[in-house]
Amino acid sequence: MSSAMFDLVLQATLDTLYMVAVSGVIATLLGLPLGVMLYVTRPRQILAMPVLNQVLGIVTNVGRSIPFIILMVAIIPFTRMLVGTSIGINAASVPLTIAAIPFVARLIEGALNEISPGLIESAQSMGATPWQVITKVLIPEARGGIITGLTITLVTLVSYSAMAGAVGGGGLGDLGIRYGYNRFNPTIMLITVVILVVMVQGFQSLGDYLVRKSDRK
Amino acid sequence: MIEISNVSKTYGTGSNAVHALKDVNLTIPKGTIHGVIGLSGAGKSTLIRCVNLLERPSTGSVSVDGQEMTRLSRGELNRARHRIGMIFQHFNLLTTRTVFDNVALPLELMGEDRRAIKDRVIPLLELVGLSDKAKQYPAQLSGGQKQRVAIARALASKPNVLLCDEATSALDPQTTSSILELLREINHQLGITILLITHEMEVVKSICHRVSLISDGELVEDAEVGDFFTAPNTQLGREFLNDFLQLTPPKELIERLSETPSEHTHPVVRLTFSGDAVSTPLISRLARKCSVDVSILQAKVESIQDRTLGLMIAELLGSPAQTQEAMAYLEAHQLQVEVLGHVQRNV
Repeated sequence: MSSAMFDLVLQATLDTLYMVAVSGVIATLLGLPLGVMLYVTRPRQILAMPVLNQVLGIVTNVGRSIPFIILMVAIIPFTRMLVGTSIGINAASVPLTIAAIPFVARLIEGALNEISPGLIESAQSMGATPWQVITKVLIPEARGGIITGLTITLVTLVSYSAMAGAVGGGGLGDLGIRYGYNRFNPTIMLITVVILVVMVQGFQSLGDYLVRKSDRK
Repeated sequence: MIEISNVSKTYGTGSNAVHALKDVNLTIPKGTIHGVIGLSGAGKSTLIRCVNLLERPSTGSVSVDGQEMTRLSRGELNRARHRIGMIFQHFNLLTTRTVFDNVALPLELMGEDRRAIKDRVIPLLELVGLSDKAKQYPAQLSGGQKQRVAIARALASKPNVLLCDEATSALDPQTTSSILELLREINHQLGITILLITHEMEVVKSICHRVSLISDGELVEDAEVGDFFTAPNTQLGREFLNDFLQLTPPKELIERLSETPSEHTHPVVRLTFSGDAVSTPLISRLARKCSVDVSILQAKVESIQDRTLGLMIAELLGSPAQTQEAMAYLEAHQLQVEVLGHVQRNV
C-alpha cells in the first residue's frame, strides 16, 4: 500500500471515530434524560404524567422510524443552520446524533425497566424525592443495562456513519464506496471492512468489560 | 403510635372497581408489635402501604405519631417517611451498593454528611450482627443476612415505627426465627412500634402483642394474641388456628363422619382448653360424672406467650343422652366444644 493510500485510510478511520464519538457523546447526553423521562412519566411511576409520556413516546417513535439515509437529506437545512455547512464530518455528525437520540432513549428506558419495582418502592418508603430515586437508585442500578445500550448505540453509529458519504461526509464507508467500489479497488474495500470489523469488536469488548466490572449480581 | 381510621381503598371505577380495603379501623399503641394476618389478596399489603402512603387511601385518615399523613405536602411526607422504617419480603437492597452503602442510603437521602453517616451505620451493622460484611455486596449474602441489612437500613433514620411487609416469608424457618428475635430485640431496646403483615401464624405467635385478622379487605378480628389463639371469633380465625396447630382429624375418620346423629353413632368433638381448664383433670372427671368413655384421637398443648392452650379431638362413647350431658358439662367448665360429626358405633 502506497503511503498516499495509507494516509487516506488513516484519515478515513479518524473521521469515522470522530463522527461516532461526537454523535455518541451528544446523543447520550440528550438520550439519557429522554430515556429516564420515558420511564418515570409512565402511569403509576414516580413522576406519572401520562400525556407527556404519550407525546415523548410518539416523538421517539417518529425519530426511530425515519430511515437514516432519508433523515440525513431531510434535515440538511437544519444541519446547515447548526454547523454552517451540509458536507463534511461535522455535517454528518448532526443527523447521526439526531438518529441516535431516540435510539439511546429507548435502550435506556429498557434498561430501567429491568429494575425491580421493589427497589423504587423501598427508596420511596425512605422518603426519597423523585430526583433522588433517579440518581441514587434508577441510574446506578441500571448501569449494566445502560452500558450495554450505549455499546449497541456505538456499534450502530459505526454502521450509520458509513452512509455519511452520501452527504459528502468522510469516513471509512465513504472510502470504501469511492475507492473500493467506484474505482474497483478490492484491496481498499477489504481494508475498510477489516478496520470496521476491528472497530466494532473493540467497542463491543470494551462495553462487555465495563458491564462485567459494574455487575454485582 | 399508628391510627388508621375508616380507611378504604378502591382500585378502578364502576363495575371494574376492586375494594382492597373496606372501612378499616386500627389503633396501634406506641411500643407494641401488632400483626395483621390474612390470606393472599386479603388486603394486607395495601393496608401496610397506606401507613406510609406508598398507597394513598381512597377515604379515611392515617396518622402516625399524631401526624395526619394524608394531609401532608410532598416534602412533608418525605420527612415523615424518615420516621417510618419499612422492610420487605424480597429485601429490596440495591445490588450495586455495598452493605455499608445500603444502610447509608436513607442518611444520604436526608443529606447527612459522611462523618455522621459513618457514626450511624457502624453501630447499626453491629446491632444486626453484620459488622464483618460492611464491604460486601448483597449478592454475597444469604437471605437472612440480606434482611438484617434491610433492618439496619430501615433503622438508620431513627424511625419510631417499623413496617414489616411479609419480612420473613422468603426465609427458611430457622432464619425466620432469628429475624423475629432481632425484631423483638429492636422493639424492646428501642421502643419502636412495629406493624407487621404476614400469612404465618408462627410469626404472630412468636412476637406479636396484638393481632388483627383481615379478610376480603375488612378487619374481622382484633384481639390480644393470647385471646386470638385460644378463642378466635370467626370461622377464618379458627381455620388459621387449626392450620397452625395442624389438629385435624385423621383422614379415615373424616371419611366416616356423618353430619347427622342417630341411635347408633358417637359424636366426634374438638375440645379447646384454655386458662384454668388446662390444668384441671376434666376428662377423667367427665368419665366418672357422665358415665361416658372418652377415646382421644389427637391432642396437643401449645404455649402462646403467657397462656397455655390445649386441644383435643376425641370420640365420646355413650348413649345420646349421656354424650349430650357430657358436652354440656364440658361447656360449663369453659371448654370450647365443637362437634365435628358423628361416627358409626363399632359393633
